[in-house]
Amino acid sequence: MTQEPLLLVENLRKYFPVGQSLGDLLLRRPPGLIKAVDDVSFTLLHGEILAIVGESGCGKTTIARTLIGLEEETGGKILFNGRQIGARERRLQAGLVPLESGAIGTREQQSLPRLSFKQFRQQAQMIFQDPYESLNPRATIFEIVAEPLVVHGLARGRAEKIQRVRNALEDAGLRPAEEYFLRYPHELSGGQRQRVVIAGAMVLEPKLLIADEPVSMLDVSIRAEILNLLHDLRNKRGVSIVFITHDLGTVAYFADRLAVMYLGRIVEIGRTAEVLKNPQHPYTRALLSVVPVPNPRLRRERVILQGEAPNPIHLPTGCRFHPRCPLAMDACRMTDPAYVQLSATHSTACLRVESTAL
Amino acid sequence: MRESWLLFWRNLREFWRVFRHNRMGMIGAFLLLSAVLIALFAPFLSPYEPSLVIRDATGRGLTFAPPAVHGPLGTDDAGRDVWTQLVYGARISLLVGLLAGFIAMFIGSLLGILAGYFGGWIDTLIMRVTDVLLVIPDLPLMLVLVATLRQMELKISPLVVLILVIGLLYWTSTARLVRSQVLSIKERQFVARARAIGAGHFHIIRRHILPQLMPLIVANTVLILSTAILIESGLSFLGLGDPTQPSWGTMLNFAFDRNAISNGAWWFYLPPGLAIVWVSLGCVLLGNVLEEMLNPRLTAHHLEGDVRVRPLEGEGAYG
Repeated sequence: MTQEPLLLVENLRKYFPVGQSLGDLLLRRPPGLIKAVDDVSFTLLHGEILAIVGESGCGKTTIARTLIGLEEETGGKILFNGRQIGARERRLQAGLVPLESGAIGTREQQSLPRLSFKQFRQQAQMIFQDPYESLNPRATIFEIVAEPLVVHGLARGRAEKIQRVRNALEDAGLRPAEEYFLRYPHELSGGQRQRVVIAGAMVLEPKLLIADEPVSMLDVSIRAEILNLLHDLRNKRGVSIVFITHDLGTVAYFADRLAVMYLGRIVEIGRTAEVLKNPQHPYTRALLSVVPVPNPRLRRERVILQGEAPNPIHLPTGCRFHPRCPLAMDACRMTDPAYVQLSATHSTACLRVESTAL
Repeated sequence: MRESWLLFWRNLREFWRVFRHNRMGMIGAFLLLSAVLIALFAPFLSPYEPSLVIRDATGRGLTFAPPAVHGPLGTDDAGRDVWTQLVYGARISLLVGLLAGFIAMFIGSLLGILAGYFGGWIDTLIMRVTDVLLVIPDLPLMLVLVATLRQMELKISPLVVLILVIGLLYWTSTARLVRSQVLSIKERQFVARARAIGAGHFHIIRRHILPQLMPLIVANTVLILSTAILIESGLSFLGLGDPTQPSWGTMLNFAFDRNAISNGAWWFYLPPGLAIVWVSLGCVLLGNVLEEMLNPRLTAHHLEGDVRVRPLEGEGAYG
């Protein structure tokens, strides 16, 4: 029954230290921490698309960067295919921490089989937000798409390299591939560039794609094409996708499961249909109520949130959403809500929500 | 490999297409190229050896002969042909300038990349050394160094001493320039993408940082070249050159020492002075134009091809 998840994230935390001012230093105030990601857990099955939704600054991108190893997590566990991957593993492999030092990991953690970070990098690739910035302007399309092969020393011989680059480009919808080989990024349109980025990510045939707002910089007319492309790749290749976005509209169309984030924490997670049809967390409801509907006659009650998301250095006490929550009660100021299971696949963190399932 | 040559030629043609319409750049390239050609073909441009004393019919040395009496540029105090010295001096001046310039450029780029890319204590160390070198006045320091090294009677040519001293001291501005560029390049998303792929530092520097720096480095090398030539001339004028292999600066030193000015021998001191101006002006013009042109932001947009947008005829008639 339980399928081994491709990716298992447990209590992931990423704090950024904030620069201490001289005044802070003199008053012996501890340095501030931005809790960009605070205790996030989720799983991703093989061939599944999980969307992470939230407003700017809620930590979506930090999750992406931490998963792929561009940032070192402050705490928590990342299991990829049942094997641990994370900051500690990287340090171990770099020989910075002796294996015996039990100070960081528990015995149980150390006994988990480890995946070399280079191996992990071959199986997980990232798609960045801005296709105008994520391609080296002085490299040809061929060099860009072939780069992962070169870095990992994977293509045996020139013919194989050309073959794999050609396949990747054609799978990404750039046909005939040869016409793109010797072109430079500035000769391509935004949609074409994003296809090149996707080809470069897929050339290693990874199991996991982390897409950080891959369509937010593109024209609306091109977005659907790129989303369809990602969808096809999932269907044909079985690649799992963590899809990060601030646009609930694309999610409904695209994702199997949906996680809503607020200030570094997942407030509601479940199958897309469940969350969209039956949103339980007041924040999810507020987000959904402002998604435009095509029918102009349909009048809905809109929940407009007051104010801005608070500063993540000084998080509110209790439930971090209470200062803006229309349903907040006294208890919300004191208690940080635990997750409530609504069904086998749907859970939310809100004191106002009663457990209905199980 | 064939494709990369193809690309290289394509890029070169593209560059030339734009470059040849740039008047300043073309003038600079002409000034510099003509000097290089003169230096290369020196033996064909003069029938004499630079040290040969020209004698008149009676066998006496032809001293301070004006251009009207001898050759295109007359003779110096010892009766040697000035044109010949000028042409052979180009070799020395350009060689010292080029080698010193390249050494300075190499050190500056390397240290700038290391400081900018790795940051932390490496950055602090390199930048503090740079600051110290920057606040010491260049010329006096080089004077002292060259003079001291020559005193030590090492078995190396005075020219090599000059090249090394200029090259090893003149990298500071380049290092700062390169560092600041690297700081901005390394934050760009394609570097993050390379890191996410799993690329190591060396790969990222070689494939992603260096290509973006190349235009800057090329333009800066040309500019540094002019400074190196000027410094060489200055040091040689002050008598620190190699008297057996006179550069333009050494020629000026001779002219000054032997009272060319009070003798009214303008053909002795004006040509080397103008030659120095010629070359350094060429470098500056070419360097500035290259700096402007090789900036990737300024190259063509993908929609800009051979299509030229022309204003509609009678456009004002609509209003």
